[in-house]
Amino acid sequence: MHKIVRLQKTAFDAAAEVASLTAGRKDIGALVTFTGHCRDEAGALAGLEIEVYPEMAEAEIERVAYEAARRWPLEALLVIHRHGEIRPGEPIVLVAAAAEHRAAAFAAAEFLMDYLKTAAPFWKKTRRNDGHPGDWVAAREEDDVAVQKWQTAPGKS
Amino acid sequence: MKARYFAWVRERIGLGEEEIAPPASVTTVAELVVWLKRRGENYAAAFADERAVRAALDRRHVKPEQPIASAKEIAFFPPMTGG
Repeated sequence: MHKIVRLQKTAFDAAAEVASLTAGRKDIGALVTFTGHCRDEAGALAGLEIEVYPEMAEAEIERVAYEAARRWPLEALLVIHRHGEIRPGEPIVLVAAAAEHRAAAFAAAEFLMDYLKTAAPFWKKTRRNDGHPGDWVAAREEDDVAVQKWQTAPGKS
Repeated sequence: MKARYFAWVRERIGLGEEEIAPPASVTTVAELVVWLKRRGENYAAAFADERAVRAALDRRHVKPEQPIASAKEIAFFPPMTGG
């Protein structure tokens, strides 16, 4: 399986990244991509500052990608996650899962995102437009609930 | 061993990383937290709500009862908010 994992500060072009993942491939029948963007919360935010534990983030994403490939018959996987300063409208994260058929691609993309949210060591801090200091974004309970379903629904066994 | 701190744990302690040398009586992650909290008010503030702080040993997530054994690096951080 072709796998790309990348952490970077700079913005990425999701369409170009995905095109290079599948270029020349004639065995891929299904491609699911997810791109997470930075919101401005109705004008309140000037952006986000994302802190990372780089060595662990890379290891953790590799581990989750390996687990996805073990559970579903995948042809290609791509994960790009940014850190540092991010402005509203810019992409933060890109996940792409490619397989022969759609069920594996959909499931693997969702699995990767659910684990990225709860297990990859990144922390978001808001930067506000009104000059007040930003806050660390609190973890959401929905994200913990989302990841739990994969503990009982393992994909291919 | 090397200790690394991230996000508001790092801000409250006032350090991103440091070398620590806990005594041999400190054998688990939870015991290390107790030992760190005695080092100063900044550490006590960072670990005031111990359940809110996660830990990783040699870059793998661990629970408080995990033995430190011969780990080279321990990290403390809040619940993750990436993606």
